[in-house]
Amino acid sequence: MRSAEQHGRGITPFSYADDFTPALLDPERAAPAAVRGPNGKAAKKRYDVYRNNVTVSLIDALAAVFPATQRITGTDFFRAMARFHVRATPPTSPLLFEYGRDFPDFIENYEYARQMPWLMDVARIERAWLDAYHAADAEPLPPESLAAVPAPRLADAVLTPHPSTRILRSRFPAVSIFAANRGDGPVGPIDAVEPEDALVTRPHLEVIIRRLPPGGAIFLMHLIEGGSLGMAAAAALEESPQFDLTANIAGMVGAGAFTAIGGDENDGH
Amino acid sequence: MNDLTAHPARGASEASCFPAHATEGLAGTSFKHEHLPAILAAGRQHCFFEVHAENYMGAGGPPHDALTRIRRDHPVSLHGVCMSIGGPQPLDKAHLGRFKSLIGRYEPALVSEHLAWSTHETTFYNDLLPLPYTPATLTRVADHVDEVQEAIGRPILMENPSTYVLFAESTMSETAFLRELVRRTGCGLLLDINNVFVSATNQGYSALDYLADFPLEHVGEIHLAGHAEQSDDEGELLLIDSHDGPVADAVWKLFDRVIGRSGPIPTLVEWDSAIPDWPVLKAEAEAAQAILDRHAGSTTREKVHAVG
Repeated sequence: MRSAEQHGRGITPFSYADDFTPALLDPERAAPAAVRGPNGKAAKKRYDVYRNNVTVSLIDALAAVFPATQRITGTDFFRAMARFHVRATPPTSPLLFEYGRDFPDFIENYEYARQMPWLMDVARIERAWLDAYHAADAEPLPPESLAAVPAPRLADAVLTPHPSTRILRSRFPAVSIFAANRGDGPVGPIDAVEPEDALVTRPHLEVIIRRLPPGGAIFLMHLIEGGSLGMAAAAALEESPQFDLTANIAGMVGAGAFTAIGGDENDGH
Repeated sequence: MNDLTAHPARGASEASCFPAHATEGLAGTSFKHEHLPAILAAGRQHCFFEVHAENYMGAGGPPHDALTRIRRDHPVSLHGVCMSIGGPQPLDKAHLGRFKSLIGRYEPALVSEHLAWSTHETTFYNDLLPLPYTPATLTRVADHVDEVQEAIGRPILMENPSTYVLFAESTMSETAFLRELVRRTGCGLLLDINNVFVSATNQGYSALDYLADFPLEHVGEIHLAGHAEQSDDEGELLLIDSHDGPVADAVWKLFDRVIGRSGPIPTLVEWDSAIPDWPVLKAEAEAAQAILDRHAGSTTREKVHAVG
């Protein structure tokens, strides 16, 4: 706690960062002893400028990644929650669009958010939205390409996922809650009560969030991991007898979730 | 999900796909995505655009699409914010690699970074933090500038910071520190006149004296921006480099005097929060352009080798 005083000031030419940083995210700590104002002026409020810049800019960064989450909780609640997270888990990358990966888990364990158990899943969708936004560009599979695969070989086909493709599963109607709160429009009553799974894609410049039909998440997760269409469909049917293969294929191709088909040539099966 | 941190390098193979647009004597603005439709609708603008490098370090998506459109018709200035050149610890090699890739991809007319630091140990603080000015820190900063310039294969412009505190251990003035940094590394300077005004007010010295001592012959770019007012522990004025409003009158006056001395230098109006509609920001750049034009030809400037 008193390292700056124990060391004396300027103990080495390079200890300035060790002295300057501990109080940046800890309001209980005093300003570092090595800094001052000009002409004998104090440096408390001066140092507070840096404290404020760090904390507020990082809270703002989380607010920019999680706008629907903030809209649900209200700004004051969100900023208080984000402040705890920023202080406990500041970013480790200079790329702020990578920040907030641990925030949904933080929300899950945040005492004051317990009455909103779906909030963490909305946050997970928002984090995936930003990953899709910055993902590598790739041309999605044209709609007719799967139709060109001969029917006997279709079951063995494997697909290459688009770099933006993400699947998120929720025990709550997280997609409906996300969709209602992400924009600026009025939020009406949300009737959904069922669990919802999300497919996140960005085939071109727009990020698309779709609610998946029954079995769709299992189906796509198998395909993303490199499983064949036949295996993926079997797994989806096992989880959900209502699984509709044709509709799911149309949906995933329409969303641009994949970029290439393979596995049906050369190696026989 | 962390796979997005490893981006495919886009370097030489995609280089040279943009025309070379000159920035000489030109004013410019920060490029903000919300202005893209207005800028494209207005057609080619007589200005350059500056972007924060880190915002374009994702693999793909709308940021790169927007910057590509802007870069086709305009000179671009790549302004690094997070290299932490002023920090005591070694530079982040991965970050330096990303910076190099961006320069290869977009061929910016101007490349700059800050005399400040933002990362310590493993934490990124997202602010431009101050350093003491001593012979030892000068040597460390010069090593970092050398490393960056070696990696990217061209000189960078180093920006003077806004500061709120002093270090008891500092033994050099900021201008002496910067002048010596230029001499040792061959880097150029980005003179942020708002930062000069903010720091001078906060540290109780004269902005004019600072500028009189500043090696203008090495300045490859100027920044102008708005600031906010607070008060220090003694209840006296403390200025905050907030980039959230128009350039202050006092800063315009300093700018006029600097350009009167140096002749036109590419000048950027920064506006990073509470961002106005494009015409408002464009008008700020036009005001800067008018001052640059008024002094064009009045002074023959020594060629700044650090530019492009």
